[in-house]
Amino acid sequence: MQFFLEVLIGGALAGIMYALVAIGFVLIYRASGVFNFAQGSMILFAALTFVNLVERGVPFWIAFAVTLAILVASAFAIERLVLRPLANRSVITLFLATLGLSYMFEGSAQLLWGSQVHALELGISDEPLAIAGLSVSSFDLVATGIAGTLVIILALLTGRTSLGLSLRAVAADPLAALSIGIRLDRVTVIAWSLAGFVALVAGLLWGARSGVQFSLALIVLKALPVLIIGGFTSIEGVIVAGLLVGASEKLAEIYLGAIIGSGIENWFAYVLALLFLMVRPTGLFGQPALARI
Amino acid sequence: MATIPYPAASGTARLSLTSFWIALLAVAMAPFVIGSDYLFSAILVPVLILSLAGLGLNILTGYAGQLSLGSAAFMAIGAFATYNLYLRIPGLPLLFAMAGGGLVAAIFGLVFGLPSLRVKGFYLIASTLAAQFLVPWLLSQYDWFSNDNASGVITAPPLLITGVSFDSPAGRYAFTLGVVAIVTILARNLIASPSGRAWMAVRDMDLAAAALGISPGRTKLFAFAVSSFILGVAGALWAFTYLGTVEPAGLDLDRSFQILFIIIIGGMGSLSGNFLGAAFIVLLPILLSRAGAILTGGDLGSDVLENLNKVAFGALIILFLIKEPDGLARLVGRLRPTNKPIQQEPN
Repeated sequence: MQFFLEVLIGGALAGIMYALVAIGFVLIYRASGVFNFAQGSMILFAALTFVNLVERGVPFWIAFAVTLAILVASAFAIERLVLRPLANRSVITLFLATLGLSYMFEGSAQLLWGSQVHALELGISDEPLAIAGLSVSSFDLVATGIAGTLVIILALLTGRTSLGLSLRAVAADPLAALSIGIRLDRVTVIAWSLAGFVALVAGLLWGARSGVQFSLALIVLKALPVLIIGGFTSIEGVIVAGLLVGASEKLAEIYLGAIIGSGIENWFAYVLALLFLMVRPTGLFGQPALARI
Repeated sequence: MATIPYPAASGTARLSLTSFWIALLAVAMAPFVIGSDYLFSAILVPVLILSLAGLGLNILTGYAGQLSLGSAAFMAIGAFATYNLYLRIPGLPLLFAMAGGGLVAAIFGLVFGLPSLRVKGFYLIASTLAAQFLVPWLLSQYDWFSNDNASGVITAPPLLITGVSFDSPAGRYAFTLGVVAIVTILARNLIASPSGRAWMAVRDMDLAAAALGISPGRTKLFAFAVSSFILGVAGALWAFTYLGTVEPAGLDLDRSFQILFIIIIGGMGSLSGNFLGAAFIVLLPILLSRAGAILTGGDLGSDVLENLNKVAFGALIILFLIKEPDGLARLVGRLRPTNKPIQQEPN
């Protein structure tokens, strides 16, 4: 029983990290209706840039600021060069464009910084803590704390401020938003910059946990089922779904894996997401979309 | 109503159509005269197979409007099903085994297409990605699929049709060309049939299509089945005529993206686009590596080249989506003379 609880908690804590990645999607999806496949490569790009600056002797906060500035600059470039020319095109076209962006982020990150693995030290200790008789990693706890704080800030920012309101207005109806004086281009840049910020934080936490390397770009594939279960539009839903996916895939790997073979982690979340889709097509907290002819 | 009347031009049009087919035949046959083994096995065979895979995805995505990121999984199913049918049914001719492999892939396509009855757009990505991750896991987890071969890598059996061997590089090209040509012609006829038009109606507006009496669910599932069948045959060719081994390793998510790029660059909803896109995607890395070697005077290293390829493909995808959403097929189409009457399909 104790082992079961430890697996459950470890999985759920990892799930918070999935949620952190998935929130980057939700931000952009709510603001521009774009499903941004490049979120994973943005994480890789941000983490590689940061770690290389730090390894060249740049202090932590300056490296953080410089990386963030590069991400904001790419948000401007993406809005101007990719999204604006593709305005009013189908969601699938926009998705494919972010697939192209994803390749560009991945390729340029590794062209600039090489593809070897970097260790990243954030000064967070990683030792097992005994809490109520259960062993929990202290790094996981701190990372969860950071991720959780960020999630709450973002939820408040997009839910309770006028910026959040304009983000949602643009997503609901770009034309109506334009006509009441919301700057479409500015809102898009802000959303992509926020997503860049989330990517940087996620990149640092994941990088410190498992090394800064190419596999960071693949987290996007873990975040996708989380998004589908949580619903594309809901930050709360994504957090619940992150916990659910993280915990259930670890449990499945250990208990189900013993029966049908290991390596289940790679696909379990997708099968779970598929089952959810069949029952609740809009996810746990997503809003049902109305279609008009 | 076969042709919209268009005075004086129809004779030349028929002539140019005939000459187009002759030119196409000449292009397909030319390698036998001038071809080297490298040209056959490193360029022509993969281009043809990837064209066929592109055709498979194009039917689902370009014609029926359902996005898939799992193309390579259905190729893997086709390859392994063909291998097992050929292995376990004595005396089954290879071509029949390949068709059987395609049918098995089609059945899996139906299964993974089921969520399309309830969800649309990128929710559907989850279903095809599930296929992409689940299928290679299944194939490498259970040894039965690879006939209890310890390494999981199987050498493909020799290419024999009625006792004639196709095992030389030119023979492999001829074999691939034959299969690809037959499947392409069948697919072309299917696209021109009411089924094909139902796909396009569902793609353009499924609610309107339903109002016209087309069942969107059945139409989508049929597109999934046909698409997976073609991908399965392409996978069988990939294993039997290109690699010479049957293994799931090369048929991963990156391959699925590559096939998606073929239809974006070549042209969604176009038959010739698959061939143009596949040729482009096979040739660009080769050209990049040659250009890099000339510009820097040395070898760039495979790492740098791979990343250059990624940036180039990413930029090209975006450029094509913005400037030429109909892909290379449209670009090439513009070069042709336009005095052709608008032809409509006979009823």
